[in-house]
Amino acid sequence: MSHISILMENQPGALSRVVGLFSQRGYNIDSLSVAPTNDSSLSRLTMVVKEEESVISQILKQLNKVIDVVEVQNLSEIESVSLEIAIVKLKITEKEAKKIIESAFPVVGEIINHKDEFVMIKLIGSNHEVDDFLLSLNKQKFLEVTRSGLLGMGTGENFLISESETTIEY
Amino acid sequence: MKKESGGSALIRALADENVELLFGYPGGAALHIYDAIYQQDKVQHILVRHEQAAVHAADGYARATGKVGTVLVTSGPGATNAITGIATAYMDSIPLVVISGQVASHLIGTDAFQETDMMGISRPIVKHSFLIQSPEEIPEVVKKAFIIAKTGKPGPVVIDVPKDMTDPNHLFDYQYPKDIKMRSYSVPSEVEESNIDEAVSLLEKAKKPVLYAGGGIIQGNASEELKKLAKIMNAPVTNTLMGLGAFPATHENFIGMLGMHGTYEANMAMHEADLIFALGSRFDDRTTNNPQKYSLNAKKIHLDCDYGSIEKIINVDVSLNGDAKKILKQILNKINTKNIDKASIDIWNKEILNWRETHGLNHDLLDKKFHQKQILPQQVIQSLYKSTNGKAFITSDVGQHQMFAAQYYKFDEPRKWINSGGLGTMGFGLPSAMGVKFAFPDEDVVCVTGEGSIQMCIQELSTCMQYGLPVKIINLNNRALGMVKQWQDMQYGGRYSSILYEDSLPDFVKLAESYGHVGMKVEDISELEERMDECISMKDKLVFMDVYVDPDEHVYPMLEAGGNMSEMRVSKTKKTF
Repeated sequence: MSHISILMENQPGALSRVVGLFSQRGYNIDSLSVAPTNDSSLSRLTMVVKEEESVISQILKQLNKVIDVVEVQNLSEIESVSLEIAIVKLKITEKEAKKIIESAFPVVGEIINHKDEFVMIKLIGSNHEVDDFLLSLNKQKFLEVTRSGLLGMGTGENFLISESETTIEY
Repeated sequence: MKKESGGSALIRALADENVELLFGYPGGAALHIYDAIYQQDKVQHILVRHEQAAVHAADGYARATGKVGTVLVTSGPGATNAITGIATAYMDSIPLVVISGQVASHLIGTDAFQETDMMGISRPIVKHSFLIQSPEEIPEVVKKAFIIAKTGKPGPVVIDVPKDMTDPNHLFDYQYPKDIKMRSYSVPSEVEESNIDEAVSLLEKAKKPVLYAGGGIIQGNASEELKKLAKIMNAPVTNTLMGLGAFPATHENFIGMLGMHGTYEANMAMHEADLIFALGSRFDDRTTNNPQKYSLNAKKIHLDCDYGSIEKIINVDVSLNGDAKKILKQILNKINTKNIDKASIDIWNKEILNWRETHGLNHDLLDKKFHQKQILPQQVIQSLYKSTNGKAFITSDVGQHQMFAAQYYKFDEPRKWINSGGLGTMGFGLPSAMGVKFAFPDEDVVCVTGEGSIQMCIQELSTCMQYGLPVKIINLNNRALGMVKQWQDMQYGGRYSSILYEDSLPDFVKLAESYGHVGMKVEDISELEERMDECISMKDKLVFMDVYVDPDEHVYPMLEAGGNMSEMRVSKTKKTF
């Protein structure tokens, strides 16, 4: 499994080129998250890919060939931090919810909504931690979940920033 | 500064790219562009009879000249008809710029008349694509499209142009950019010296080397360097189907095409080699057979402009990612003739000659010649080779005739063999021949085809009449879909499922004549050579030569599926495993 960070042009069709590459070549995406960055011309995409190492290296090469892709980084090969955010909806009382949150460590939880007999909890943790937490929930009371996919970033000077603006003349 | 509309800017940008020919077909969404074409004389538009043919013609033009081929089609069916052509070019890395009309911006997504999502449909088969979002960006997008199409690993680029982007009433200052900035596109940089050193060291140590050259050597214009390397090492060279002509077929170091229908000696050499130097070839499944059993004793060097092709199928010892010509020059500068193991390579070459003598290409054919009256398809290619002095541009369709042409027409120069190797597109031969003939009006351009393939784009006989394109069509007519028949013979117990026409074939002679061309029919071996000479000598006429060939002939050698490179059938009755 690899955690890949991609910087791509914020252009129509760019996301479909990246996602299309995966379906076209038969690679499996485990999770995917995409959003604009502090540079409005760029989007950042983070994905978890469940493939063998040889396939990952081919994926990285193929991603680099996509012309809208500006930079690719394999977070699994550098020092990086990662986390996932999830929202779960449970049919429990607020009191029960607080109890669950207290015992959730290392996942950090917080009640973000309480309506009728439903409580929504925000969770932050590594993806395994979130997995484990979700598995521990009572299936009858656990109604819905939405997950951000694993987010990540290289530590220190491991930036994912393109400085290679090439000028081609001919 | 003359003001332009989006439509006229588009055509002017093509003129600024030195585009001479634009192959296409008009329609509603492209009408403003067609009006702009009418009002200028730098870019000539060639009206084909089907959009697929427009792309194949531009493709043939690009393969023969090394320039970028250019296409213009309308939205909807115009765009979808172009798709097969685009996919064909994509698989063989041919530089094309395909401009498609699109419904006006405000109609996109409404299922408007002749609307199709061209960006979406073409995405997996283009190197890149652009949707024009403002008329002013057209010159820059055209510039980018041409750069992307022809640099690095070449490929087709689509520019989708909504009709409102070409509005003749919206005028703006036109300026064609001299250079452009693309932060997300780059071509491979220099190869590290240490990699060159490693490659040179392997080449110098090799006792049984094979230089295995593909289309990349043709696209990279590196044939001369390849010849020098072969000469220095006295090493055998094999070409892939796409690489034919990259190394001269009549050269003493040439051991023939390799792969599925490669020569016995080339496939044996690949199996027994101790060093394989892959040059601009991508270890396609048709050239490796089972990758798990592929040339297990050989060290491997892979030179390719596409980093993604390296170690995709076969792991290698040294990778050289970059420009073939440049890298080969670096190798030639470093390789020391004295270090090359010439004695071992001499023995190796003799071993290969022995293989050729046992099961070489002409072996079976010569035996057969004396035993039958029917024309063998191989004999037609040999006769064509003779009549054209081996100098013609040969385009082909897909099937048995394609393999016979690849095996028996000895291509001595790059860019003379034009075929759909990767996608295997029937219908490619005639339109691509048109593109070649436009580029080289004084050269012999011959389309080798079969009665199956030719009918897939036969409407282009009309285009050939309109523009006076005297190409030659050699139809190896075996009255069946021959390659499918061969597989049904070999693997499906001769159950001929849907390969016969049940007496519905047209009279090709009359058909050609109805378009104003010359038709010929040849059934007897005794008149083959004379009629072939006659056909080729009619320089001003398109000649459709319908040759009745033995319907039961198979293409051999043929690699055994799932086996290694030495496991071949060499005739209907003989196999090597």
